[in-house]
Amino acid sequence: MAETILAVEKLKEKFPNSVLEVTAFRGEVTVGVSKGEIFEICKFLHSDPDLQFHLLTDLCGLDFFPQTPRFGIAYLLCSLKNGQRLRLKTRVGEEESIRSVESIWKVANWYEREAYDLFGIRFENHPDLRRILLWDGYDGYPLRKDYPAEGPDFDKPFVPEV
Amino acid sequence: MTINMGPQHPATHGVLRVVLELDGEVIVKATPHIGHLHRGIEKLAETKTYHQSIPFTDRLDYTNAMGNNLAYVLAVEKLLGLEVPKRAQYLRAMMAELQRIAAHLIWLGTHVLDMGATTPIFYTFREREDILRIFEEVAGGRLTPTYLRIGGLSKDLPEGIEEKVKSFVRTFPDRVKEYETLLTKNVIWMKRTKGVGVISKEDAISWGVTGPTLRGSGVRYDVRKAFPYSSYEEFDFDIPVGSVGDVYDRYLVRLREMEWSNSIVEQALERLPKGPIMANDPRITLPPKDDVTKDIAALIRQFKVVCEGFKPPVGETYASVEASKGELGFYIVSDGSNRPFRFRIRTPSFANLSALPRMIEGSLIADVISTIGSIDIVLGEIDR
Repeated sequence: MAETILAVEKLKEKFPNSVLEVTAFRGEVTVGVSKGEIFEICKFLHSDPDLQFHLLTDLCGLDFFPQTPRFGIAYLLCSLKNGQRLRLKTRVGEEESIRSVESIWKVANWYEREAYDLFGIRFENHPDLRRILLWDGYDGYPLRKDYPAEGPDFDKPFVPEV
Repeated sequence: MTINMGPQHPATHGVLRVVLELDGEVIVKATPHIGHLHRGIEKLAETKTYHQSIPFTDRLDYTNAMGNNLAYVLAVEKLLGLEVPKRAQYLRAMMAELQRIAAHLIWLGTHVLDMGATTPIFYTFREREDILRIFEEVAGGRLTPTYLRIGGLSKDLPEGIEEKVKSFVRTFPDRVKEYETLLTKNVIWMKRTKGVGVISKEDAISWGVTGPTLRGSGVRYDVRKAFPYSSYEEFDFDIPVGSVGDVYDRYLVRLREMEWSNSIVEQALERLPKGPIMANDPRITLPPKDDVTKDIAALIRQFKVVCEGFKPPVGETYASVEASKGELGFYIVSDGSNRPFRFRIRTPSFANLSALPRMIEGSLIADVISTIGSIDIVLGEIDR
């Protein structure tokens, strides 16, 4: 896990105000960061020659309703060079938006669209932020905790207008 | 001109719609539209106990059910800190590799069929049937066996199944040679696949591509080697890689992978340890089925585990396996209750499909068919 620790140390040194907490659970290291510098942090982790987190394995939203800030985003990075994983977590409020990392990892394009589709988290500078799994005009964000699992209209099936 | 391919097109392997903007027959822009098969599994799983979500995973990539089960139970076991007996680990690896062969056989048959060769599918489905029969005997199900349990397996191998697996393992390398005589040096096949749907190493990584599609581009990344699970570090196997990153390379990578999977099945069977197939933690794992009908304590335990489930500690884990399409991972966040707080599925086809426009823009419509076939998507796991 030496490289992951190295990544944490480098992050703390480079972004002392943004690294909020570091936790290790079952051998997985999670770094809580503030959303202000998320793009710069990701850019740094991607381009630093010792770290090279070139693969964004996953990016997903979380809903901590009724806490504030309401949403969370988890970035799971993987370094093919070092064979290491690192998770970044940040929080976003309901009325806020967060900088897109699409220009660093192309795959973030779809992952961010998914987080937007299912949680309603908005990403700045995203080239094509629209729903991905649900259709345009769908009302609500299903993975939010205040959205009923059976759907708001499960007893009133309807067909979307085409 | 803009044409709409799918969602009911047979070569899109499910319900994928791709809007193609054309200049003559050359694709200028491709926009995939997904979600036709969205069932909200991530949301649904938040309302179920951890045991209840296992059958959902079979239905993600329905050609790779054993591998999906494995990824999920690994994530929950990691969350619990539960150690699984060696015999169960070996059997899991063996089943996952058999399933990989079966999944690659579907891919080979349908991929070639898309391009007009109707013969290979009859050969590949013959071998796939052997594997499904083995699954039926072992687990009771063919397509969606739901064989794995948190902490182990639902049951041990039945009498006489080892012979059947052995005879499959013995004959399969010759079968692969049969497929190769039909395709590998076939001029039509080579013309349809060489230099088609190319994606470079750097692009493949940036687009989050994993699995044989990534290895076809020459990146030696396989979760089984990079982050070994279920005793894979004890098996001897190689990671086949391509060099160009075209459809032909991905074809070769998958063929070689089937041979290595076959070898892993053989190794697992040879060295299969004796012992229990289920971890014994009364709060978490199910008791042996025989005891439930005889012993009141086991009956109560079964009742409690099934109805209430268990409460893992607060925390979050990510566990992934090398599924037939790429890296399949489960990210589970627990808030200490008996249901997951967040149940995130990182599916390989989702990321692989996002790279499709990159592979096909600038090529011909006919190449779209071969490229979609070569990245081997299953819409069940893209839409979840």
